[in-house]
Amino acid sequence: MKKFLAVMLAVAMVFCMAACGDKQEANDGSANITDGAGMVFKVGATGPLTGGAAIYGQAVKAGAEIAVEEVNAMGGFQFDFNMQDDAHDAEKAVNAYNDLKDWGMQFMMGTTTSAPGEAVSAEAYADRMFFLTPSASSTDVIKGKDNVFQMCFTDPNQGTGSAQYMYEHNMGTNIGIIYKSDDNYSMGVYNTFKAKAAELKLNVVAEAAFTDATSTDFTVQVKQMQDAGVDLVFLPMYYTPASLIFAQAAATGYTPTWFGIDGMDGILTLEGFDTALAEGVILLTPYSADADSSENKNFVEKYKAKTGELPNQFAADAYDCIYALWKAVDQSGVTADMSSEEICEALVKTFTSMSFNGLTGSNMTWATDGTVSKSPNAMVIKNGAYVGM
Amino acid sequence: MKKMKNLTKAQKSSSLTYAVVIVAFAIMFALKTSGSLSSKMTGMLVPICAYIVMAVSLNLVVGIMGDLSLGHAGFMSVGAFAGTIAIVSMQYNGVESAGLRLVVGIIVGAIAGAIIGFLIGIPVLRLNGDYLAIVTLAFAEIIKVLIQNMYLDLDENGFHFSMVENTNTTNLETARLIIEGPMGIRGITKISTFVAGFILVMVVLIVIFHFMSSRTGRAVMSIRDNRIAAESVGIPIFKYKITTFTLSAAMAGAAGVLFANNYSTLISAKFNIDTSILVLVFVVLGGQGNMLGSIIAATALTILPEILRGFSDYRMLIYAIILIAVMLISNNSQLKAAFDGLLIKLKLKKAPDEEEGGKA
Repeated sequence: MKKFLAVMLAVAMVFCMAACGDKQEANDGSANITDGAGMVFKVGATGPLTGGAAIYGQAVKAGAEIAVEEVNAMGGFQFDFNMQDDAHDAEKAVNAYNDLKDWGMQFMMGTTTSAPGEAVSAEAYADRMFFLTPSASSTDVIKGKDNVFQMCFTDPNQGTGSAQYMYEHNMGTNIGIIYKSDDNYSMGVYNTFKAKAAELKLNVVAEAAFTDATSTDFTVQVKQMQDAGVDLVFLPMYYTPASLIFAQAAATGYTPTWFGIDGMDGILTLEGFDTALAEGVILLTPYSADADSSENKNFVEKYKAKTGELPNQFAADAYDCIYALWKAVDQSGVTADMSSEEICEALVKTFTSMSFNGLTGSNMTWATDGTVSKSPNAMVIKNGAYVGM
Repeated sequence: MKKMKNLTKAQKSSSLTYAVVIVAFAIMFALKTSGSLSSKMTGMLVPICAYIVMAVSLNLVVGIMGDLSLGHAGFMSVGAFAGTIAIVSMQYNGVESAGLRLVVGIIVGAIAGAIIGFLIGIPVLRLNGDYLAIVTLAFAEIIKVLIQNMYLDLDENGFHFSMVENTNTTNLETARLIIEGPMGIRGITKISTFVAGFILVMVVLIVIFHFMSSRTGRAVMSIRDNRIAAESVGIPIFKYKITTFTLSAAMAGAAGVLFANNYSTLISAKFNIDTSILVLVFVVLGGQGNMLGSIIAATALTILPEILRGFSDYRMLIYAIILIAVMLISNNSQLKAAFDGLLIKLKLKKAPDEEEGGKA
């Protein structure tokens, strides 16, 4: 009985695999019917749509979908956008990437987060698949891969930028850092900040780390800062843990100046967060939802209509990614019947030579190593809104 | 057919398992080389092999020894890190052959898994039942957190290890930062192949089937079936249990190396309770003590979430429903009886009175 069941299961599995093969052929067939102005490019993306990091993936998905609707409405060539869940896990991200390849993906709008980004970009490099990530900011994502580009800052840029800003504006006599030691993003910024701070002789007196497992209670870290007499706390992290730090510091009556980076953007829209706690928080970020341009207002309006929330920097980066890809495709003159390898070579050439204006910066250019050049703006939170400094 | 009758039930079950694995490998390998296999399936071949090894090695503990271990991912993690450190250092020192690196890595991973398995086994195997399960779970968490705090660099002066400083090398330019704390090992060259995975699965199966029919294996099964009776005839329970546990940990370590070297990054948070439970699900679904069942369950449950991608947001929900349904159906005695009756009618199976007793 067991044996028979086993054999049945084995047969069923082989059948499933065969079914996958069929599906792929069908998809390949449909890609060929496109031509001329009605060309359809298949754009793949992965991100955590489920699990603990889902807010980032969902933001990227919504931002990218708005941009795709807009570029498709312009006529001309079309984008067919497909975003798969990777649950912020390298294994699942590679599976999702392979799934997108079977779907017929011609270029990729990256992974949303860094750890899966490192695994997938290695695959994309081996396959010669063009890869532009909205928000995977670790340098290991782009290192040594000529076809991998970032829309966000690399972590080192943010670390050195923050230290430089503190130095130039003479902020903080005793600086403290709270960082997340199991997160590439936080560690990347932390390491470069520390190096730059040492170089500029900033007075870093306290450092405290936390991990995913301990990111619900910060009383120890806050106490450590308080005991060391820290008056400026640097927070290289995303806004969810930061919101808890603010709340727990406020509860103990500790009120230093808080200094965040682009991951802090979005804290004001966090559900159930008292924005008064974030009053006076300084952050370096390339994007702010209250920017005055008509493009941004249009984006914010559509994003609000779609999700009911204000867009954060992830959404804006994804929105820019789609437009940058659209511009690169337009300029390079690639066609939808080209293979992903040919498209990759053409796009790499265009990307390193073009300049792009988006929501997260103007006159952005990309270096051959994959990093973007744009300048961060310092914002301060006043009366529950971001204000440029 | 006559020859088949002379074989014992265990021998029949093992030859069937070998046959299924070899045939499945041959089909998949042929499909892969002819290029007719989808990228999705091709990408999953190595992880499937690793999960199969994990499932059969846990089955050794759960099915053969009859103890519940919830910390198997911990041994996978130890093996993965130890083996990958060996592989990365060989690469740093100019060992070109990927095959040699992988073989040495897997051996190192297996040895590391065995050592940790032995050490953890000493206190753990003196416990029984639920206590044992909880303590193994705790040890796996300890392993995870320890690795998250390790920093290991390699430069021309050798290894530098710390659990405090992020980098310990004096020469950052030429050094290879091997373990970077919670970020684990990065920049791994992908050297695991499907063929290597197949060979590992076969080696593990051969070891397990020989173990099961060996004196030790029979002693362990007698302990599982009746501990008091086994003890009364003078079987040293602890000795046999720790042998089995160590063997199982070694196999998990080897699986970890195979798994780790299929991706360019390796983080210890991957080997958490979720992974341990996942492997346990393979074993339970496939049937305790049934190696072929574990193999099929591991394969099916690795592929299933990927096949369900079409359901997008509801993917994991449907995965869970299918899992529950399969567990319920495969344990429903009425359905089982109906199915058996059908098989007997179709003469695919002998009537119960003709069948040999005992567990497969």
